[in-house]
Amino acid sequence: MAETHSLQDLRQQAAVAAKVFIQRDYTNGTLCQFQTKFPSELETRIDKQQFEETVRTLNNLYAEAEKLGSQSYIEGCLACLTAYTIFLCMETHYEKVLKKIAKYIQEQNDKVYAPRGLLLTDPIERGLRVIEITIFEDRSLTQ
Amino acid sequence: MKNCDYQQIDPKVVPTYASPSHIGTRGPRRVRRKWEVFPGKNRFYCGGRIMMAQQSGVLPLTLGLILVTTGLFFIFDCPFLVKHLSSCVPVIGAVLFVFVFITLLQTSFSDPGILPRATLEEAANVERQIDSSGNSSYRPPPRTKEVLINQQMVKLKYCFTCKMFRPPRTSHCSLCDNCVERFDHHCPWVGNCVGKRNYRFFYTFIVSLSFLTSFIFGCVSTHLAMRAQGGRGLVFALQESPGSAVELVICFFSVWSILGLSGFHTYLVASNMTTNEDIKGSWSGKSGDVATNPFSHRNVFVNCCSVLCAPLPPSLIDRRGILPVEEESAQMCHADIQLPANKNQRNMCSQGTKGLLESAALSPLLSTSCPQGKAQAALLGPERHSAADSEPSLQFSKGCRAQHSAGSQGNTSSTRHTHHKSHSKKHKQAALNISNPTCPDSAPSSKDGGHRRATFTQPLETSLCDGR
Repeated sequence: MAETHSLQDLRQQAAVAAKVFIQRDYTNGTLCQFQTKFPSELETRIDKQQFEETVRTLNNLYAEAEKLGSQSYIEGCLACLTAYTIFLCMETHYEKVLKKIAKYIQEQNDKVYAPRGLLLTDPIERGLRVIEITIFEDRSLTQ
Repeated sequence: MKNCDYQQIDPKVVPTYASPSHIGTRGPRRVRRKWEVFPGKNRFYCGGRIMMAQQSGVLPLTLGLILVTTGLFFIFDCPFLVKHLSSCVPVIGAVLFVFVFITLLQTSFSDPGILPRATLEEAANVERQIDSSGNSSYRPPPRTKEVLINQQMVKLKYCFTCKMFRPPRTSHCSLCDNCVERFDHHCPWVGNCVGKRNYRFFYTFIVSLSFLTSFIFGCVSTHLAMRAQGGRGLVFALQESPGSAVELVICFFSVWSILGLSGFHTYLVASNMTTNEDIKGSWSGKSGDVATNPFSHRNVFVNCCSVLCAPLPPSLIDRRGILPVEEESAQMCHADIQLPANKNQRNMCSQGTKGLLESAALSPLLSTSCPQGKAQAALLGPERHSAADSEPSLQFSKGCRAQHSAGSQGNTSSTRHTHHKSHSKKHKQAALNISNPTCPDSAPSSKDGGHRRATFTQPLETSLCDGR
């Protein structure tokens, strides 16, 4: 998906040095969770706490999207009664949370990652397989 | 009817930050959407909003049977039953029919939970990680990776087509050439895979269909019994209402199979299993390990809710997303230099992604999946069609289950199948004097997978000879 954020225009001038991929964590089943292990390539760019906090927040948001609560049951039963046609008109709970996640990632990129020459890619653009972190060449780019 | 026109993506112009405004500045160029370059074997309609498998299977037959039976019911049985029984008979029939029809269309036309293929960088990253743990010479990534899920070891397989380790419960459908999440089976009656996203539609479809067929069967029997009253006989009743005879035959044969299928899937839903896992016996412990289903919530009610009432996950393939401009220009170049690039395509296919990235400078044409495989798969369409069609006819009464076993066979042999393709290509490359490393897993590939691979061999050879 193409993005029109001005940050991206700036980034087009910088060269991509490397890409780091944060893989999925399957210890709790097929829920969408990412590994919080700090990759070695980012050691010089960002501190561990900040990174882990980002990934943990993302994990919590995805858990919220897939949560099996009373609200999702009611939605599911209602959808079943209408032969699932309400999915054509209504935005699902998951999609609402995905929008929240996109906003969070953009905010993190603006505040935390872009000043350090990094860029987070929304996992939905990679099929929820990985969190792609692009490392740009350090040319002392300041915001 | 528009078919997908598969196009290559230029890796040198990794299109991450293109803005749509560029499209306007580059002159009059039609906006292209991602479904147009989708690498799997699916068909898209209505601008990517509707998607189906490449072969519609017996979907027209399913639709025809349902429409004909319900139509005959309304024409022949309803007038009599409204007069002699109750006026809510056609109402109930109509409600059930609407349910069946809508859920059938939803099952057939929605994304079953296809996983998009790994990008070039991701695939290279995976191979780099594996290479770094081994020796320096290239070898293909190991086929499995073990992860601990709810205190149980589960093997994740590497998909050579999609170039990634498949998440748990994901399987590669060889008919659609896609990895599908929580893959249940490929259903020819519905003309699509059944996976995470459309399982609830499928389940509602078969349950409401079993209600519909039972209801129609009951109504037709009542109707004929009432007509045959007074010693007039069944033959007289059938003469008066010939449509009822057709309905009776159709319903009689389908009610058992549909009821059986509904019962089977109810069991699967209650134990949070997929057809694929049930057939392969993944959790039955036959391999000697203590295997219980790590995804089950150990509670029938919670299992049912999590399968049927969980939030509907979004489609990951973004069919209607606009294709970034750099990819478009790459595709324009592709059209001009198709022929000489093909040799390099075949070469790259067998070398794997590492070789692809290294020789990126040599050829502008790369994709995350085997480009030759796609072209061949398109040519193989008729062959696969005949293979797929033969299965339903063999076990008509078992409905979808026939295709399940064929599908799962196809799935287990899919990785070997992909190897087989690249192995056959190797012969052609030798003829063309292009060197190429051996595919190590070709030896076990000759064993199972049966006739399905046999049908692939000859067309593969002939398609490669077609002057490409």
